[in-house]
Amino acid sequence: MTAPITRDQAFLQFLLRMGDNTLILGHRVSEWCGHSPVLEEDIALANTALDLIGQTRFWLGLAGEVEGEGKSADDIAFLRDVWDFRNILLVEVPNGDFGRTLMRQFLFDAWHSIQLGRLMTSSDSRVAGIAEKTSKEVAYHLERSADTVVGLGDGTEESHRRMQEALDYLWPYVGEMFQSDAIDAEMVAAGIAPDPASLRDEYDALIGRILATATLTIPDSSFGHKGGRSGKMHTEHLGHLLTQMQWLQRAYPGANW
Amino acid sequence: MYAQMVQSTGKDVKTTAEMTPQEAAFQARIDAGEKIEPKDWMPPAYRKTLIRQIGQHAHSEIVGQLPEGNWITRAPTLERKAILLAKVQDEAGHGLYLYCAAETLGVSRDDLTEMLLDGRMKYSSIFNYPTLNWSDIGAVGWLVDGAAIINQVPLQRTSFGPYARAMVRVCKEESFHARQGFDAIRKMAEGTPAQKKMAQDSVNRLWFPALMMFGPPDKDSVHSEQSMAWRIKMNTNDELRQKFVDQTVPQIEFLGLDLPDPGTKWNEERGHYDYTDPDWSEFFDVIKGNGPCNVDRLAARNKAWDDGKWVRDGLLAHARKKAAAKVAAE
Repeated sequence: MTAPITRDQAFLQFLLRMGDNTLILGHRVSEWCGHSPVLEEDIALANTALDLIGQTRFWLGLAGEVEGEGKSADDIAFLRDVWDFRNILLVEVPNGDFGRTLMRQFLFDAWHSIQLGRLMTSSDSRVAGIAEKTSKEVAYHLERSADTVVGLGDGTEESHRRMQEALDYLWPYVGEMFQSDAIDAEMVAAGIAPDPASLRDEYDALIGRILATATLTIPDSSFGHKGGRSGKMHTEHLGHLLTQMQWLQRAYPGANW
Repeated sequence: MYAQMVQSTGKDVKTTAEMTPQEAAFQARIDAGEKIEPKDWMPPAYRKTLIRQIGQHAHSEIVGQLPEGNWITRAPTLERKAILLAKVQDEAGHGLYLYCAAETLGVSRDDLTEMLLDGRMKYSSIFNYPTLNWSDIGAVGWLVDGAAIINQVPLQRTSFGPYARAMVRVCKEESFHARQGFDAIRKMAEGTPAQKKMAQDSVNRLWFPALMMFGPPDKDSVHSEQSMAWRIKMNTNDELRQKFVDQTVPQIEFLGLDLPDPGTKWNEERGHYDYTDPDWSEFFDVIKGNGPCNVDRLAARNKAWDDGKWVRDGLLAHARKKAAAKVAAE
């Protein structure tokens, strides 16, 4: 039996879930730098990655504060191992082609925008403040990723096929965003964050509308991979990502950069 | 300097007597400091030279994303990662303004891209050198963008309006890049022995390639005179290179790093630093495609373009469908 979770512990886990999502997705998106299909996309992808890394600094900075052990956002980002990460699996899967990257972005942005909308009324003013600041950026991310998904889904035969393949591949990673556990129950009780399951209807309506316009078909399966937001089982990909991201901090401990 | 060895007419500059009345009137406007705008008459060779120069400059911004992008996923802190992302995003934005400026001369961005990808157009030699340690990111901002600024500040007064205006914006952003680069390398130079070693390694490796950015020595520079008469080029290669050396040597000393060129010496009489010339045979090798990264850089750009074809085609097809639906609805 594990001991019941305290409110502070739950709050810390919640903040790690928010910050690790933006950190890992920001890293993945930044891998595109200089390699995207057209110059405007290079700019947009760098901009999205930049926003996500900026948001990470807010969430993980607050996580360090709540934990109270003097850790900075950098300590949390660069000095934890795979099992400490609390991001959903969706954000750590490799980029694949541009279609998969943008489909993943859309599936995440749709959740992210709804989540931040709810967090703006959080009982914790720091959480509400971060949600307020970041929701404007995320509204733009969603607008752009949705437009791109529609453009490519309803583009050529090839672009349609690739977008459908991307959706089929990523769909099993969507469900994890809406799974609730004891940490979420504690956050709901404290009025800090909504129950993840409560976001699902709005999410389904939003993505249903966009994906229909994109002439894409949502797979007829409710199966969902899980293990990221609990930290119980990440994909094999996360370790490689961290190897690269954390290398300098690990190889030269204690240096000031 | 992001444009090197841009070929102009290949001939001597015409005297006023040799010019047609139209050419003479054009030259008079330039001499009076007037801006030439896209719809104005211009000699075909002026147009051609500018397309080459602006195109090369734009390509440099685009290829320049690669050596810096090489470190985004390994940046050591969230702040450094954010700064680097912002910088690379700016470079892509510079590419965009410059391609737009070139397009006002009647060439399309796709045409220019094709010419870069099949090797008909060049980009700055500097981006054919690798970024091997984190300190290189500081050094690129400080030395490479620093050298670019020295070239581009005078280009704010260049004769072609769209290019001059693009340079005003580019220079503001480049100055910020150079400052952040210096700040990044300063942290390294003042850091642990390992960090200081990285900083010294960067300066040693990038110093001569940075000097090469200004192009060959004036005595071997065959394209300058006509470009200077047209105010497309404002200073000679050696003038700009000297300015860079004079500005940068005290900065290296301030950082407490060893000067990468043992031949660096203050020359009281000239009021400038003497320095050792870069190995120009290496420069010409890089220009010919034999630099350490030429093949990989072009391969990366070609792969991005080829892999992205379905995306460009898909978005275009969708835009056409939307436009057709709109027309049908009207």
